[in-house]
Amino acid sequence: MQTLHGFPGGLALEARKDQSTAKPLARVPLGFEYVLPLLQHEGDPAQARVSVGDRVLRGQVIARAEGYLSLPIHAPTSGTVTGILPRPIPHPSGLLAECIVIEADGLDEAAETKAPIEDPAAVHPSRLRNRLRECGVAGLGGAAFPTHVKLNPTAERPIETLIINGAQCEPYISCDDRLLREKADEVVAGTAVMLTALHASQALIAIENDTPQAMAAVDEALARYSDDRIRRVAVPTIYPEGGERQLIQTLTGREVPSRGLPADIGVICHNVGTARAAWRAIHHGEALTERVVTVTGNGVTAPRNVIARLGTPVADLVAFCGGYTDSVARLIMGGPMMGFALGSDEVSVVKGTTCILAADNSEILLEKQSMPCIRCGECAETCPAGLLPQQLYWHAHERDWEGVENFHLFDCIECGCCDVVCPSHIPLVQYFRAAKTEIWARQRDREKSDIARARYEQRQARLAREAEEKKRRHEEKKKALAGRKKGDDKVKSELDAIMSRVKQRKKGDN
Amino acid sequence: MRFPTGPAPHLAPQNSITTMMLRVLLALVPALLVWVWFFGWGIVFNIVIASATALLAEVMMLYLRGKAIRAHLLDLSAIVTAVLLAFCLPPTTPWWITVTGVAFAIIFAKHLYGGLGHNPFNPAMAGYVVLLISFPVEMTQWLPPRQLMEDGQFPTAWAQLVAILTGELPGASLDAISRATPLDVMRTELGQARTIAEITADPRFGDLGGYGWEWIGNGVLLGGIWLIYKKVIRWQIPVAVLAGVLIPATFFYLLDPGSHASPAFHLFSGATLLCAFFIATDPVSASTTRTGRLIYGAGIGFLIYAIRSWGGYPDAVAFAVLLMNMAVPLIDRYTKPRAYGHQK
Repeated sequence: MQTLHGFPGGLALEARKDQSTAKPLARVPLGFEYVLPLLQHEGDPAQARVSVGDRVLRGQVIARAEGYLSLPIHAPTSGTVTGILPRPIPHPSGLLAECIVIEADGLDEAAETKAPIEDPAAVHPSRLRNRLRECGVAGLGGAAFPTHVKLNPTAERPIETLIINGAQCEPYISCDDRLLREKADEVVAGTAVMLTALHASQALIAIENDTPQAMAAVDEALARYSDDRIRRVAVPTIYPEGGERQLIQTLTGREVPSRGLPADIGVICHNVGTARAAWRAIHHGEALTERVVTVTGNGVTAPRNVIARLGTPVADLVAFCGGYTDSVARLIMGGPMMGFALGSDEVSVVKGTTCILAADNSEILLEKQSMPCIRCGECAETCPAGLLPQQLYWHAHERDWEGVENFHLFDCIECGCCDVVCPSHIPLVQYFRAAKTEIWARQRDREKSDIARARYEQRQARLAREAEEKKRRHEEKKKALAGRKKGDDKVKSELDAIMSRVKQRKKGDN
Repeated sequence: MRFPTGPAPHLAPQNSITTMMLRVLLALVPALLVWVWFFGWGIVFNIVIASATALLAEVMMLYLRGKAIRAHLLDLSAIVTAVLLAFCLPPTTPWWITVTGVAFAIIFAKHLYGGLGHNPFNPAMAGYVVLLISFPVEMTQWLPPRQLMEDGQFPTAWAQLVAILTGELPGASLDAISRATPLDVMRTELGQARTIAEITADPRFGDLGGYGWEWIGNGVLLGGIWLIYKKVIRWQIPVAVLAGVLIPATFFYLLDPGSHASPAFHLFSGATLLCAFFIATDPVSASTTRTGRLIYGAGIGFLIYAIRSWGGYPDAVAFAVLLMNMAVPLIDRYTKPRAYGHQK
């Protein structure tokens, strides 16, 4: 039995997951066009390796990883590259970014897969990491961090516990729940592989206690697999339990140091979907070309969880789920707490897409009228990071950047709890995000001016050095000249002496 | 298809200032009913006068300050200030006194400091202190509970209304029937070296505190517990205020029960419970951190006991609250919680 420690604050939110969990996973049929942004993960964008007009096969690398913190991108189906150009990407900014567009040919021909690694325990962990990298495996919990990077323990920071995060605490999102119900065996197998790669001693598969079917499926899979390093743990259903730091606190009672990483305390977290993708990559040689996405909300006719190819336009997902209802008011990628609103459904599914929430006005609030802060402190009561959001708000509002940093702005995980409980309806998280952006911008400016100043100072130093050298050379020359003159004098005096002696001798002769 | 965008979180807010204020008003209903039972309808007239004044002052100040009038009136915070102040006034307080107190609370204590959310002092208590200092006689003219008077002697609702509107009680002189409050009696008599047993033999004292007052206290307690249950207020301030009163009261009572009133008397007389659940818990002027709330509440509780026992006023709630209001910035500064992932 695992002791649970819990975390302070948090919110009990109405789950609303039933909308989408009733139906089993379904595969979205092949579409006409797939749009693949070159940056789908934390780190550097991939480099396109195909040209317009090229024919590509499913699983073929179409963009190469650029650097360690990067991942390749694979074609989701067979077809022709019709463009490598800026297109709208799923991002809160609504900006365009470089994408590869593939027109599907409907054949869905696969490229040759990599050879399976039959016994992961027998190979060097670096081979497992390379395989995950080659297969483009990223965290499927939403952040899409390259998985191989997180499976690389160092000698100074050995990993003791691997946490497989199935605590999907956002209301509405149920892709992990459905995945666990149907693919628990692959999740467990993937967990075992990750344990091997990490040399860790135990793995905890954390599942929120309101998903009994998922827990039962995992228990059955664990019984079949019988690896006593892996355990299933039920955690309380409280938002944001699925947040990495909160989950670690619940399971271990320990806190990740501020500005540190879970690895600093010997813990690594991976999402359940990531564990499964890792298994597919290692045991089947499969590249990551699809993922489970929850399509839900009152704005969609038949909510459910679907398996969607990466690059599928959101509009196709919604169409597959029966299309929009008349009441649809907002489209959100991710959950209602931390997801971002999409301006259009023309953007496509990427590695980090957990959920498409088509919400109506009864589920979300489009506009809220803010009142002054009444210092009720409810925000602080609910903050899982132990912050004082109202103080942060005052300092952010006054543009007092030192003040916000003193109140630990950068420990804010932007979970939105404070925002939802604020009786004055102040968009707190928006203030915090803006403050972070502002501080980063100022840091960049400062760095830039530091570099400029350093360059100026170096130039000044160089000029001074040159002047110094010039002066030295000049003086040396002068000294040399003076020396020669002195030499001349000596010769002259010697000559004089000789001459005087000669004169005296002459006198004596007389 | 195109959609409007907006920042996360997208969930509708769970709470609003209006809901909170409405709940505070609802929580006062039990106490109000008990009050009317013991002291008559005067408080209802006072509440009406106070609320009307508060709304008028609020509209005027919002207009002068160029603020959204509708949104701020609907937040009900002005009404709460007015009602709480009315709860502290004698039932037959002349209308101009109520108007003065409420107007001062709203105009000076609230709006001149920047309006809702910006006032460092509790507006109701600031208004009360102004009245206490400006109208010391009227502010202590309390009717005795109806049950302690002979039939027909207690002023009717009509008589109380006339007294409020004119300052004269029809048929009887207000001076003749008004009595000192139990707290006042306790203070004066103790000063004359009488024992607690002698003092509390007076019918004005009940089982726990002042006769009638103790039941109003129970009403307040009921509403206050409901407010904690509804999370309109958190437990720290009420518990700390009560502990701040009860700990010294118990200590001195155990030391010398003959010359110190019982802890129950301190709890169930005057405005101790009203302060703990409704006044000290005003979020704007209270400390906001968990530890800070405990310190703030305990400070108020202790000051209440200290001023009642050794100070110049029988009840001390208003002074205790205002004094601790001044300490709030300091308390908040030194009770910053440890953030996640920082050194313990």
